[in-house]
Amino acid sequence: MSLSNETIQQKLTEKFGEALTEWQQPYGMLTFTAPRDLNLKILQHLFDDAELGFRFLTDLQAVHYPERKGEELAVVYHLHNLRDNVRIRMKVFAPVEKPDVYSATALYASANFMERETYDFFGVNFVGHPNLIRILNVDEMDYFPMRKEFPLEDQTRIDKDDEMFGRGGTLGFGTEKTTHGTLTEENKHNEGEKIV
Amino acid sequence: MRPVQFNNKVKTADIPESYTGEGFMATKFDSVIGLARQNSIWPLPFATSCCGIEFMATAASHYDIARFGAERMSFSPRQCDLLMVMGTISKKMGPVLRQVYLQMAEPRWVLSVGACACSGGIFDTYSVLQGIDQIIPVDVYVPGCPPRPEAILDGFMKIQDLVGQEGLRRRNSEQYKALMGSYGIQ
Repeated sequence: MSLSNETIQQKLTEKFGEALTEWQQPYGMLTFTAPRDLNLKILQHLFDDAELGFRFLTDLQAVHYPERKGEELAVVYHLHNLRDNVRIRMKVFAPVEKPDVYSATALYASANFMERETYDFFGVNFVGHPNLIRILNVDEMDYFPMRKEFPLEDQTRIDKDDEMFGRGGTLGFGTEKTTHGTLTEENKHNEGEKIV
Repeated sequence: MRPVQFNNKVKTADIPESYTGEGFMATKFDSVIGLARQNSIWPLPFATSCCGIEFMATAASHYDIARFGAERMSFSPRQCDLLMVMGTISKKMGPVLRQVYLQMAEPRWVLSVGACACSGGIFDTYSVLQGIDQIIPVDVYVPGCPPRPEAILDGFMKIQDLVGQEGLRRRNSEQYKALMGSYGIQ
């Protein structure tokens, strides 16, 4: 008998009670939110429990939600039970001022590089990581480029048309003038889209 | 009429400006050495992406960069005359490219092929070097995304013109030293 989402949720709730919140099943994948300081205990339980057996860390990354004050950075764990071929997703949230999250490297060796990448792009400080340094970007980089307050474009360019390359212009790309994905009277240039 | 038609379309380089008389010819070292150099350039292909694929077509039989004396691709910077940079250079690749350039012996030339190498191209982003001329001096830029082999050959012929016309003392000049100094070389 394969492991169902309901069984996983029930077993986790028995063990951790009301600590786990925001249970969802987008596209059939069980997703929940855990308190930041419990992440290792939950991962360990998911790993050790004979029935759960989530022994493979598929992916680990972060998301920046600037509007969620006090819990701006979400660290997302994707876990895989290889025996029953079931995947789940666990999120923990950390404040952007002090984004300390316990490192999962002791449990999953694959977390090593993925946590370095998450540190590199989002600045999440994985407490207990053996070698938390940049992995993809240049060592001299002095910011975390995937945080939303930093524009995607290279700000050193002066010879490209700002209108087209996200440095101001009349539409104000990359500034607070634009509201992402929202069309207004001022920027209704695209035909076929509705004005909100 | 001979039974075998030999290739009678062989082209030879023009004789440089010279003073000739019966049994002798006098000309400048500049033009003779330039003539020899421009028709025996050893390129170092530094290919990182799609422009590198176009370069492979340029080097293969149809376009055949060997027609211009660039028969011999070298992968040792110490023996090369021309650094051909083809493709996106990320900021992390920058020091590597610079080291390759520094390892080349003078005289050396640089051909920047494609929008990415010239200006960062569409990759106007935090991780990509916005043009290799931020870290090494460039002699000829080939625009295009990617440029066709004809464009790469045209750029190569522009390099040949530069090589052929370069004075022997240029690399010792104050201007050249100032150019190198602006890149922090020597």
